[in-house]
Amino acid sequence: MTHSPWSIDAAIAVLEPLRAEPGPVLIALQAISGEFGYVPSEAVALIANTFNVSRADVHGVLTFYHDLRTTPALANEIKICVAEACQAVGSRDLEKVLKATYADQVCDAFCFGNCALGPAVMVNGKLIGRATPAMVAEEIK
Amino acid sequence: MSSIKVYVPGDSAAVSVGADEVAAEISRLATASKIDIEIVRNGTRGALWLEPLVEVQVGADRIGYGPVRISDLADLFASQFLSGGSHALALGKVSELPWLAAQDRVTFKRVGIVDPLSISDYQSHGGWVGLQRALTMSGEEIVAEVTESGLRGRGGAGFPAGIKWKTVLETPDETKYICCNADEGDSGTFADRILMEGDPFTLIEGMTIAAIAVGAEVGFVYIRSEYPAAIARLSAAILIAREFGILGSSVLGSRYAFDIKIRAGGGSYVCGEETAMLESIEGKRGVVRSKPPLPAIAGLFGKPTVINNVLTLASVPAVMADGAASYKSRGVGRSLGTQIFQLAGNIKQGGIVETGFGISLGELITGYGGGSLSGKPIKAVQIGGPLGAYFAPKNFDIPMDYESLIAAGGMLGHGGIVIFDAGVDLAVQAKFAMEFCAIESCGKCTPCRLGSTRGAETIQRIIDGEDFEPNRRLLLDLCEVMTDGSLCAMGGLTPMPVMSAMINFPEDFENRAEGTR
Repeated sequence: MTHSPWSIDAAIAVLEPLRAEPGPVLIALQAISGEFGYVPSEAVALIANTFNVSRADVHGVLTFYHDLRTTPALANEIKICVAEACQAVGSRDLEKVLKATYADQVCDAFCFGNCALGPAVMVNGKLIGRATPAMVAEEIK
Repeated sequence: MSSIKVYVPGDSAAVSVGADEVAAEISRLATASKIDIEIVRNGTRGALWLEPLVEVQVGADRIGYGPVRISDLADLFASQFLSGGSHALALGKVSELPWLAAQDRVTFKRVGIVDPLSISDYQSHGGWVGLQRALTMSGEEIVAEVTESGLRGRGGAGFPAGIKWKTVLETPDETKYICCNADEGDSGTFADRILMEGDPFTLIEGMTIAAIAVGAEVGFVYIRSEYPAAIARLSAAILIAREFGILGSSVLGSRYAFDIKIRAGGGSYVCGEETAMLESIEGKRGVVRSKPPLPAIAGLFGKPTVINNVLTLASVPAVMADGAASYKSRGVGRSLGTQIFQLAGNIKQGGIVETGFGISLGELITGYGGGSLSGKPIKAVQIGGPLGAYFAPKNFDIPMDYESLIAAGGMLGHGGIVIFDAGVDLAVQAKFAMEFCAIESCGKCTPCRLGSTRGAETIQRIIDGEDFEPNRRLLLDLCEVMTDGSLCAMGGLTPMPVMSAMINFPEDFENRAEGTR
């Protein structure tokens, strides 16, 4: 998961193939997010202009979805599942330990579909089943 | 001598416990020993506690070993496991494992057996038979067959699939859509994911049959972003299906055109609600729509749209291949066919159990599940995801079908069952249900948007014993308002886990401040 530094030309290149897609705003935001790791405010105006929608529309979509962030990605992305099935096997305690160690690099998630092998943690895109703090530490950059 | 086939699941759950590393190490050790092997990354058999479950093809049989850790491999090689040698991890013929042999795999019949992206594997295991039959039938005939099978929506609502398709078929429009709901957000459910990763062509076939039945040429699969492997696998399968002329301008050489696009979710639970999903596919905020109009009449981009869950669409090929009579010979009452149950949480033998409707809850949990993982007594189970009811062991005789669960004050939902041991506090779980609703509410309906936050606060006061009785009554009142005053299941069903916890676990809602003051 390496991200490019923001550049308007790179952003235009990312958006160009989406011109023919129906309902492009969310996929445009996802594409920008995939390329740069977040959605800079310049990208909001660019998406609005490219797809002929208002900036308010783009802002509305951007702020609705948990996946989309408006500040640069952190060094590590540690998502811990705190939904019921993982709670049943100790995710609340694991969450406390991870947050004490990695602070704001840890965020809550609701279900990775690994509910029979919880607690589940996704570290930088890699899913860990029956996760322990040591297993998470191995994946940290 | 031809190479030995070794199966190491590529399923996300198996990979989460080391399947990739195990596959790489098997390959390395085989090369070092100059043994010619071919590793197939199959889907999971669904016996998730055995993952990574390595299978070796010995003659006509597949001999299983599991759960295999990297540290076991040197020993396994020494035990000649590549020719089916005995070992502490040996499970014998995988197809004869009692846990699997007792199941009735219909929708999941190929999952874990085939190479997910091998179209020849798919074909040799009964693939495309249903589609080929559908191509000889009229739209009305296909819809009649699906209706006759009794297949109901497996996403949770349980609406008869055939009746939904009939509405779309009979709504005149040049453009119609098939939308597959793969936003499997319920905790404790993973069947959609396992099917998409383990047998993606089945979903493609089911969607194509639906398209031919109602006259649609474009389909969308809305997959949650938490499932990157499912997105990748299904994307690859769609490319292969195009290459082989299954999808495209002429489905299997017929006059029908159909193609599928994938849309990834944005980490929003409410987008699993069908109208919020449509909004999200259209690129908008995932805000629930009012019904009517029904999506079957005015759905995606205002066009007639079939919306079905992954499991519903993936059951269609079997219905068409084997006929409605075969499908509906399974199940009970108005819950016909098989259900894919998912055992999750604090369970010893978690995974996929596909069997006819009507099996008892207890048989699933103690029979298949083998009790709790921790070994402590089971205290509670939640059926049907975060909006489903909590039940106690005294409820284990409930037959698992749509109607019986409703009669018991719960719902089947997407078939997930989450098990909790004696350590769980149901008042805390009830509070979580409200907190989850507060986080995930789309915000359209006030009882859901605000009631959920007030509900969490009120439950905390009950836990703290603050004005206990007035707050208890307030919570009951709030639950009623949320149930009756929300457009969709998010606000409308959040009271279900709360109320069921209060009814089935009154001991957790007693006044905790009493005697301490």
